[in-house]
Amino acid sequence: MQRTLTVIHALGLMLAVFSFAYLMPILTAIIYGQGEVFQDFLLAMVWTLATGVLMWMLTRRYKGELSIRHGYLLVVAMWTAMPAVATLPLLLLLPDLSFTDAYFETMSGLTTTGATVLVGLDVLSPALNIWRHELNWLGGMGIIVLAVAVLPLLGIGGRQLFKAETPGPMKDSALTPRITETARNLWLVYLGITIACIVSLKLAGMNWLDSICHAFAAMGLGGFSTHDASVGFFNSPAIEAVLMVFMLLAAMNFATHFLALRAKSLKPYRMDVEGLATVGLIVLSCFGIAGFLWWQGTYPSFLTALRHASFNLISVATDCGFASVDFNQWPIFAPLWMLLLSCIAASSGSTGGGIKMIRTLVLVKQAGREFVKLLHPAAINPMKIGGHVISNSVVFSVLGFIFLYFMSVATLTFALLISGLDFISAFSAIIACINNAGPGLGLVGPANNYGALTDFQTWVCTAAMLIGRLEIFTVLILFTPHFWRR
Amino acid sequence: MKILILGAGQVGSTVAESLVSEANDITVVDSDSGKLALLQERLDLRTLVGNASHPSVLEQAGIADTDMLLAVTQSDEVNMVACKLAASLYNTPTRIARIRSADFLARPELFNKDNFCVDFSICPEQILTDYISKLIEFPEALQVLRFSQGKASLVAVRAFKGGPLVGQPLSFLHEHMPHVDTRVAAIFRKDSPLIPKGDTVVEDGDEIFFIAATKNIRTVLKEMRRMDKPTRRVMIVGGGNIGRRLAKALEGDYQVKLIEYNKKACENLAGELTNTLVLNGDGTDEKLMQQENVGEVDVFCALTNDDENNIMSALLAKQGGARKVIALINRSAYVDLVQGGKIDIALSPAHVTIGSLLAYVRQGDVAAVHSLRRGAAEALELVVHGDRKSSSVVGRRIDEIELPSGATIGAVVRGDEVMMGHRDLVIESEDHVIVFVINKAMVKKVEKLFHVNIGFF
Repeated sequence: MQRTLTVIHALGLMLAVFSFAYLMPILTAIIYGQGEVFQDFLLAMVWTLATGVLMWMLTRRYKGELSIRHGYLLVVAMWTAMPAVATLPLLLLLPDLSFTDAYFETMSGLTTTGATVLVGLDVLSPALNIWRHELNWLGGMGIIVLAVAVLPLLGIGGRQLFKAETPGPMKDSALTPRITETARNLWLVYLGITIACIVSLKLAGMNWLDSICHAFAAMGLGGFSTHDASVGFFNSPAIEAVLMVFMLLAAMNFATHFLALRAKSLKPYRMDVEGLATVGLIVLSCFGIAGFLWWQGTYPSFLTALRHASFNLISVATDCGFASVDFNQWPIFAPLWMLLLSCIAASSGSTGGGIKMIRTLVLVKQAGREFVKLLHPAAINPMKIGGHVISNSVVFSVLGFIFLYFMSVATLTFALLISGLDFISAFSAIIACINNAGPGLGLVGPANNYGALTDFQTWVCTAAMLIGRLEIFTVLILFTPHFWRR
Repeated sequence: MKILILGAGQVGSTVAESLVSEANDITVVDSDSGKLALLQERLDLRTLVGNASHPSVLEQAGIADTDMLLAVTQSDEVNMVACKLAASLYNTPTRIARIRSADFLARPELFNKDNFCVDFSICPEQILTDYISKLIEFPEALQVLRFSQGKASLVAVRAFKGGPLVGQPLSFLHEHMPHVDTRVAAIFRKDSPLIPKGDTVVEDGDEIFFIAATKNIRTVLKEMRRMDKPTRRVMIVGGGNIGRRLAKALEGDYQVKLIEYNKKACENLAGELTNTLVLNGDGTDEKLMQQENVGEVDVFCALTNDDENNIMSALLAKQGGARKVIALINRSAYVDLVQGGKIDIALSPAHVTIGSLLAYVRQGDVAAVHSLRRGAAEALELVVHGDRKSSSVVGRRIDEIELPSGATIGAVVRGDEVMMGHRDLVIESEDHVIVFVINKAMVKKVEKLFHVNIGFF
């Protein structure tokens, strides 16, 4: 109990810090001179701050170091509590929106999924659009990483949080000796690339509001847009090209970007086996799918096919979720291939979701090892990635992860099927949500959105997003009896 | 010459053995008194127990008036420190250290005068690895030795029915391939040497030593015997220092399988090697060998540190159908016993590596020394200096040089050019002359001949 109070203490502090995120939409409202919007956001900020500070004050006696076990609890508590408080402005400004839908929307934002239930984004107030995209951006590298950089200053240790939060099995590749320093560095890289993206988008022809929003969504690999037609609204090859480059950057390990910037050379990219696999697989697929669409006669010329195939494939494969055309209309092979890529393509340490490329590599190599073992029973054949030996315990944990991943996909898909959704919509919705990609196929395809789902179905999708974002183990561990046993 | 050897391991003791026979004063230092006692029993030298990197120990060993320090302990660090001490405290003229770690070797500036003061670094394992790699590249050869940074090579090969030269006099060689220049330096028939002349007829089973430019080796080999298929599959037993290096050197070009007994060692090997199949098992386990298709193996190398095991697994492999088998054998008695039997090549690590050390011990400017036929014969690369007055070699035609009988000038390397040692070639200053000596006893005379005689001034 005492430890749980410690968790609440930390959570209160997090919420208090989080309330400052409202400053950005508040500023936007001031710039656009929208008094009512300004008031609502200010109200939301005050409420969040007050709740956080109250929780923090009341549990002050229990301030202390968190155990790993409570690190998990805190992470899940934060990723459920923050979307909850983030719904405040949506509920205040859009009276017709149910809490279910609002929670889906904010969860989608913070988990960088980018699926939306809102229609009429083009006429939404700028402050609200900024808020949605800011959630994408904050969710991007994990609010926790930010917290890790800031909270230790307040006297709360953070290494165990970092362990639970940073995606993928490469989490032990510490870049600097101190965890705070590492997090701060990663965050700076993230911020730097985001600013570069904003400027590039502006130069490519967007207005400032759109370029900030889309840069936030691209870097977080969220995929929210300020238009119902998503990036298709602009119909500009320049904008699509800029976004493609930055989505690929965001789908690579930020530690690699950091190392490359620090060394001022491209060598870290050459050494990053995972990143090379990510980019290689995606680029190859772009040309393959473009050729396929051209051959099928979907587009009259190869170049047009390449433009649309590349943008939408990169967007889905990196788990971003922008769309420039309705790829639901393409021959079914193309969108299914894109969904498959969304499961495996993103690198660990990126803002993408899914299984992650490093785990895919581990699995592929493990399959190869089994073949060698059958042919040469005496062979000693350790798993090696990029010349480094991966211990069997890591391989087992990857296998365990994959099992849980597919069981989660199957279970949640069945839940949607029971509620009456058709198979393609149900399956693609779960895949898109658990990978934090965004648009699915069928009813939830790029031309439609998740607004059509029933409340139950919306909650299932919300759960899928949370489970996927927190790498499954982190959430499901709370449901094991061992976790609660003393 | 007064020589101080640090370390009485495999390398230290063979070097000591070799050098004692050349009339040097030798002191050996090691921390293991057992090893030293063994040496002292066999050889005429002084031993001292102690840590080789401590100045007091070095002083006791008489470093103050030592001409050459040979630091060949197990530890690179001790060897480097010993060289540094010898240079800064005692001004020892020549300092040689055994350095194994590629990390150190990658930074040659570490060894210069300002740092560790290592005049020459040697790595016996690397020398042995290079040697075996050559044998795998030319599976027909018994020995391939490099001179002048690999420009010229001395190759030993057993003549075999099917080679155009077999049954013909040596002069036929020039008629048959007029564009390739080569020179037969010696022929051993039933283990006794013949002095090769133009009319010497080559017989089946002769062991022929010839010198050629490295790029011509294959062409010349074709004259001596029918060529085998090039090597594709290599199996190595023993993942120690040599096996590991060899696998690493070969894995890019050949299919390599490496058998190692120790499971922990296997895991390390498999982590380090990228393209080699590492197998955990016993090199003398015929079931494992069959399972891994030893019959399809082109070259089989038994490289553990156990002579008996190496001999047994090489024999098993030959029995199982391996085309060529090589066994690493430390005890010289075994080498003589095994060589020429079922095992194609019995490698004595001492004889392969000693040459690189001997080059520093010898008088005059010796660039390379290779020990041949288990130490009985020798090939030297000598750099000639001086002019017609001060040297008895420079400015003379080869047939004017008074070489002792049994010594042959095989080739001369001048700059980048490799010239065969024909009668009418005139030696110039700074030439590298490759001399083949049938009997090691003549080496002293040859060295004296090439020595610059200061008395002429």
